Amino acid sequence: MNSFLAWIEKRLPLMDAMNKHAAQYPAPKNFNFWYVFGILASVVLVNQLLTGIWLTMSYEPSGDGAFASIEYIMRDVDYGWLLRYMHSTGASAFFIVVYLHMFRGMMYGSYQKPRELLWIFGMLIFLVLMAEAFMGYLLPWGNMSYWGAQVIISLFGAIPVIGDDLTLWIRGDYVISGATLNRFFALHVVAMPLVLVVLVFLHILALHEVGSNNPEGTDIKKPKGSVPPEEQSKFTFHEQYTKKYDIVDAIPFHPYYTVKDLVAVVIFLIGFCWVMFFAPEGGGYFMEAPNFTPANGLKTPEHIAPVWYFGPFYTILRVVPDKLLGAIAMFGAIIMLFALPWFDRGTVKSLKFRCTLHTVNLIQFAICFVVLGALGTMPATPIANMIGIVASFGYFGFFILLWLYSKNEKTKPVPERVSS
Amino acid sequence: MSNAPVNNGRRRFLTAATSVVGGVGVVGVAVPFIGSWNPSARAKAAGAPVEVNVGKIQPGQLVRAEWRGKPVYVVRRSEKTVSDLAKHDGQLKDPKSEVAQQPEYATNAFRSIKPEFLVALGVCTHLGCAPTYHKDDFDQFVEGVSEGFFCPCHGSKFDMAGRVFQSVPAPSNLMVPEHSFPSDDTLLVGVGPGEA
Amino acid sequence: MKKFILVLLTLVPMLAMAAGPSIPLDAANNDLSDKESLKKGFKSYINYCLGCHQLQYQRYNRTFADLGISEEDGMANYMYTGEKVGDHITNTMPAKDAAKWFGSAPPDLTLEARFRKNGPDWIYTYLRSFYVDENRPFGVNNTVFKDVGMPHVLQNLQGVQTKVVTKEAVAANAEQGIDAEPEEYYLTPATGGTMTDEEYDVFVRDLTNFLEYVAEPNKLERESLGYKVIGFLFILLIFSYLLKKEYWKDVH
Repeated sequence: MNSFLAWIEKRLPLMDAMNKHAAQYPAPKNFNFWYVFGILASVVLVNQLLTGIWLTMSYEPSGDGAFASIEYIMRDVDYGWLLRYMHSTGASAFFIVVYLHMFRGMMYGSYQKPRELLWIFGMLIFLVLMAEAFMGYLLPWGNMSYWGAQVIISLFGAIPVIGDDLTLWIRGDYVISGATLNRFFALHVVAMPLVLVVLVFLHILALHEVGSNNPEGTDIKKPKGSVPPEEQSKFTFHEQYTKKYDIVDAIPFHPYYTVKDLVAVVIFLIGFCWVMFFAPEGGGYFMEAPNFTPANGLKTPEHIAPVWYFGPFYTILRVVPDKLLGAIAMFGAIIMLFALPWFDRGTVKSLKFRCTLHTVNLIQFAICFVVLGALGTMPATPIANMIGIVASFGYFGFFILLWLYSKNEKTKPVPERVSS
Repeated sequence: MSNAPVNNGRRRFLTAATSVVGGVGVVGVAVPFIGSWNPSARAKAAGAPVEVNVGKIQPGQLVRAEWRGKPVYVVRRSEKTVSDLAKHDGQLKDPKSEVAQQPEYATNAFRSIKPEFLVALGVCTHLGCAPTYHKDDFDQFVEGVSEGFFCPCHGSKFDMAGRVFQSVPAPSNLMVPEHSFPSDDTLLVGVGPGEA
Repeated sequence: MKKFILVLLTLVPMLAMAAGPSIPLDAANNDLSDKESLKKGFKSYINYCLGCHQLQYQRYNRTFADLGISEEDGMANYMYTGEKVGDHITNTMPAKDAAKWFGSAPPDLTLEARFRKNGPDWIYTYLRSFYVDENRPFGVNNTVFKDVGMPHVLQNLQGVQTKVVTKEAVAANAEQGIDAEPEEYYLTPATGGTMTDEEYDVFVRDLTNFLEYVAEPNKLERESLGYKVIGFLFILLIFSYLLKKEYWKDVH
């Protein structure tokens, strides 16, 4: 057996890779609660992939059959209802953990040099995830699926000159129809998941290349020879890391963070299952009431709202009184996030050691983001619009302010080592 | 880092216990994924028992019914056909129907509930072709037997109880599905007597 | 920091206002585990609703099994038009003619209890809120579903209600120069029905119960499985927590 493993190892160094990325990967020992969301996101990703594949087995991607096939899954297929709720709850859970994961990155400056590319890959994942979720939401072919897609696709109509032709091309018909459904289905179950998995892979590779940040933003990799041996981490790390650096304040990812993340995963699953088994509609936010009637191109639901996770961006779109400018503002809001590593001109990562203004700015950003999200699910009343404008300014203001104060920011001294 | 000695026994126990409980969880998660491959309510509804009106079938006539996507042959056998069944036992592979190709209540000399009705799947046990019914000219295939089924694909031969003859590729007798007679004129394919 | 919390607190009621008003609904208080109620509701549905409203995603035999009705009993007492037990609960009303008769085709009601917000309460209130309105094609209107296209099929059971707008409300509206009908109203007790108000409420509750069941036949199974799964996860949590603590002795 051992010689067989050695034979394999010589040709494909799997054990070496495992060591490099888990058993001998140096992870800062001071990860806190905020550092579990990456793992949680991968748990949800696996859930989505598996349940998605299984749903595909009973789903019928056609204008005539899609809605009925969902009810077929819910009623006729053994455990079909469970697989479907796992998938629908998973979609919302995905965005919850991803938003928290992103916020963690913002709090501790995980996007700063040298992790810009890591952040960019993360943002690409977020972008693909939004496309994936949007296309997936059309598949039940309920009336909200239909009109939600109608509204979002119409956004592309705001683009000058080519807009109308572009929307026609995306739909493949004069209205959203079976043709649209079929192409969204293909993209949702094949193309997007492939891209997503590749991006996640690159995200993790990029992470392990530069190493994990931590709540204090200190570097656990010190120049080779600069740390006396008795102060270095007592654990064995892969030579990939120790060859170039002296490692301090780090522990191997496995077993320490695997067992810790397991606790986090179980706690997350308790919450996830609570929603899935006792409130799968998520109070009407995870599954919207108007979606329990088949798509009807002649009957608009009273109040069209995108699913909650698009709320923040949808509100920004809506409060701008011009169609084109609204679309630009919405895409701008995402581009701002992409460019975050360059808006932040500071060198201190963690908010613990940055100026108070930064903390305040971050909090107001979080509040504005949540408010924008809440507004996105509500009807566009004048008062909602007013609040939306304020919150949109808060959203964009965060980046502008950050750019301004981060140049000559008064920061506290960052400790050399992780304080215990 | 503490210098307290590591309690390896406790560590091993907790690792094993967590793995076992986690393993149970994985098995639990697998249940819906595996269970969903069972026939759905739609498949079951489509595969529900099929009623055949047998009142008007003439002796020597074959009626085809469809049950779960397969052809079911229903033949009303004449008295002569039934009495001839025992004559060629020596030429059959499984004359006593010892292989369970029929429900228990049809494990008898004529492989059916009522001697006059043969109910069998028209699916050759070799590779699944549909055997053809030869009412009068079967002796071209088996000398001395005037009636039977001949599979055109690979030449398997079956008698009027669906029993397979020797030296043909088909390994076993034709399958007799669960069936019952709720009334004299109705045959219900898919449900045995007294079940429904 | 405090300032922002203050801002947030002032935002909350504003957001609630942005959500807009909604029609008050009576609580249905139906009980999905009450099989007798479900059976009565199913029977009423077949007698009064199925003629126009299909349950095209639900099968007879599934319903029988879930409600504890034997197939013989079901075929004898719940199926009238010679379907097979495995068939969906449908009717033979041609959709095109139906659209002509009622203005729009009567919708399928399999998912009605999930399609409406607070579905069971909505259905329960809706079926008890028809009132006389001579301006409507069928002579009735509904306070929950304005200008409803459906006649009051249960009128001979419930009787006739009249919508009364209080004089005070009319006066208040006139004072403010609002030209619309005031939102405050009440319905007179129904008269002329074969059932008392209490009997009718129970009748509608059973029907509502059935519609909630049929919208999600797995609901009870879902919840009972949920307790087991979450219970299991707590056991796993204990073990994984102890395991984590044990390993992290190395670190602390």
